[in-house]
Amino acid sequence: MDRKNIVIVGGGLAGQMAAVRAAEQHFHVDLVSLVPIKRSHSVCAQGGINAAVNTKGEGDSPWEHFDDTIYGGDFLANQTPVKRMCESAPGIIYLFDRMGVPFNRTAEGLLDFRRFGGTKHHRTAYAGATTGQQLLYALDEQVRRYEVAGQITKHEGWEFLSVVRDGGGACRGVVAANHVDGAIRAFRAGAVILATGGPGLIFGRSTNSVINTGAAAAAVYLQGGVYANGEFIQVHPTAIPGEDKLRLMSESARGEGGRVWVPRDGKPWYFLEEMYPAYGNLVPRDIATRAIFEVCVNQGLGVDGKNQVYLDLTHIPADELEVKLGGILEIYRKFTGEDPARVPMKVFPAVHYSMGGLWVDFDQMTSIPGLFAAGECEYQYHGGNRLGANSLLSCIHGGQVAARAAMDHVDGVPAAPGPDPYDAEVRRQEAVFEEIRSMDGDENPYRLHRELGEVMTDNVTVVRHNDRLDETLERIAEFKERWRHIGPPDRDGTLNQSLYFTRQLHHMLELAHVIALGARLRDESRGAHYKPAFPSRDDDRFLKTTLATHTPDGPRIDYEDVDIQYLPPRPRVYDVYRKEDRP
Amino acid sequence: MSDTVRLRIRRQDGPEARARWESFALRRKPHMNVISCLQAIQADPVDADGRATTPVVWDCNCLEEVCGACTMVINGRARQACTALVDELGASITLEPLGKFPVVRDLVVDRQVMFENLKRIKGWIPIDGTYDLGPGPRLPERERQFAYSLSRCMTCGCCMEACPQVNPRTNFIGPATLAQAVYFNASPTGRMTASERLEAVMGDGGITECGNAQNCVKACPKEVPLTTAIAGLNRATTWHYVKNWLTR
Repeated sequence: MDRKNIVIVGGGLAGQMAAVRAAEQHFHVDLVSLVPIKRSHSVCAQGGINAAVNTKGEGDSPWEHFDDTIYGGDFLANQTPVKRMCESAPGIIYLFDRMGVPFNRTAEGLLDFRRFGGTKHHRTAYAGATTGQQLLYALDEQVRRYEVAGQITKHEGWEFLSVVRDGGGACRGVVAANHVDGAIRAFRAGAVILATGGPGLIFGRSTNSVINTGAAAAAVYLQGGVYANGEFIQVHPTAIPGEDKLRLMSESARGEGGRVWVPRDGKPWYFLEEMYPAYGNLVPRDIATRAIFEVCVNQGLGVDGKNQVYLDLTHIPADELEVKLGGILEIYRKFTGEDPARVPMKVFPAVHYSMGGLWVDFDQMTSIPGLFAAGECEYQYHGGNRLGANSLLSCIHGGQVAARAAMDHVDGVPAAPGPDPYDAEVRRQEAVFEEIRSMDGDENPYRLHRELGEVMTDNVTVVRHNDRLDETLERIAEFKERWRHIGPPDRDGTLNQSLYFTRQLHHMLELAHVIALGARLRDESRGAHYKPAFPSRDDDRFLKTTLATHTPDGPRIDYEDVDIQYLPPRPRVYDVYRKEDRP
Repeated sequence: MSDTVRLRIRRQDGPEARARWESFALRRKPHMNVISCLQAIQADPVDADGRATTPVVWDCNCLEEVCGACTMVINGRARQACTALVDELGASITLEPLGKFPVVRDLVVDRQVMFENLKRIKGWIPIDGTYDLGPGPRLPERERQFAYSLSRCMTCGCCMEACPQVNPRTNFIGPATLAQAVYFNASPTGRMTASERLEAVMGDGGITECGNAQNCVKACPKEVPLTTAIAGLNRATTWHYVKNWLTR
């Protein structure tokens, strides 16, 4: 059984897509998820999903999509997998259309597409402004169908702890813990797919869900998996600040005509339109975020003297807004009490997405044989900056590729060499929890997490300085030491959340180290990584993927060349539209 | 407004344990919601009398009311904790777990029954496979909008909590599941297997358990047109019954 069995960790879009793909090819899937899979973080994706189907007569094509994606990512992404993703995109949209996703329609009843950042084409299919939720629900329904058929077994409320490696180093399954009763057990498999999402919680408050700690990817990194491009963290330009989280206001608000401005000399200053006439409010996120920082932080022009700008939809008819953006208008109304159809929204940038993640090859396999990764937890599709509406696409495409590769791997995998590795790994993880339970210092894990988030947000986001990154690395070392002096506020009992959080915090600190060190060593500016002391992109030194490998002394950083076989790197500018530069 | 937020929280160590009440007093900050109150308790777990306690256990994930996880009873009403803004909740805030589901611990309940109910109604579009078979069926935008209004259901359980017919004496599958049957039957592809879903909701615990109290539609945070959907389903099942009888 376990040779025809695939374990998938994570029930968001990537994990569910992979699960359905494997199930329909008559594999059995154990789907391990922290939360009921229908509540995975993919539900938060709002604006849409990209596919170049050229229904508006604009000359769009998968090649244009590929070019925009590579250019938007400042040439850091390997081009072969990105090209494949863009070519697969139209088929993916049609698949989800067939699954019943209520995508918005044109007058003819065809799929409608809207504009998004970093492109001049209407390329984004959408279901109101809750596209991620709708795509996830469609897959959740298919997973349920295969669950009834006995092809998929869900294990919800289980936390991934580690992979199980055989005597030859190959991945043979995972060890996970049940949140409710604390049971720790192994799940055997011929191949494992990790689809565990991003690490936004390392920055304290972000647009991410509370489960997005990156702890699963960090666990694999600690077991020898290579982590790539960790320093590339996307800060989304438009979110509503909150005590508990920073809530995203989708880029689709600008795709539908929303304008960003601040008052200057008593008049609205549409600074993005002025600075970037070719793309205006639809510049990529790194560009818009830096412009908002410049206007608020450096020029002191933020609305009401605070770090915030207006995102204005009031010139768009209210009924049109409701059909196309209803989901985000509802969020804004419920959390601020104001109606964006009548008054401009007040927004500010927030940590949103990690372009970096576990290193994978073009078939989604990590540096550990038999362990695959898909979705935000891997690094492969977005280079130095992700374009809006490409994340849902990369999740689904990556999940499909990973499923195919994992099935091929299982078919060819020999019997495990050496002794049965499962019991030893289970005992190792039980010992970790025993150790955490026995810690009795006076640090509170939640307070320590807040401190980490503040330090990371202040120093490792929009603008990066080497002296402050050095200080950050010192602070991370201090936090790691203080972690050992935590006294878990709840030691026993059912559903002991603080015990699990303490363990996740340990892993967040390890990934924070990878992120900060990668940023410290990359002396250039590229995509979301910006250092005023090194304001230009330096292709000679840094047209390279950052590779972090765990050692007892912290991450070791190496570099690897980027696949640029289709598009030679060219300067990245958004104030003019330079089609003539394109090959 | 007082600069202290007072909370009374119904706590329970496990499914079999006895429930107890604990009170907390927190410093008021701007834009607090129930989530940020519970987070403040995690960071400093002491009760209103300064006695050390454990952090309150609750379910949450997205914190923007699209995942459905953080549903609980807040001042007597089932709703999401993320959109429950402290400044709108009055002088004191009472938190309890949903009452229609088994308690796991504190404010966490087991809502698995709702996902099981979706299996019963065959809640999926029976596609041939996930390979590329070209575009799906065309759909008028107006029909799409109705489908979308049903598809926003996040299986949170507010409608179950509000419905008097969801109780230990019935095994009513509840408003959300019935509305999902309507959703799948409205799809051009789902319609091809509509009779299977109609049969499912005509069975034990199905639509005949609905007492038309209409609490569900008022309780739904996503404004899913539950009563409209159930009324339509009523007509469809009646017609299906008659058709079955005629073609016997």
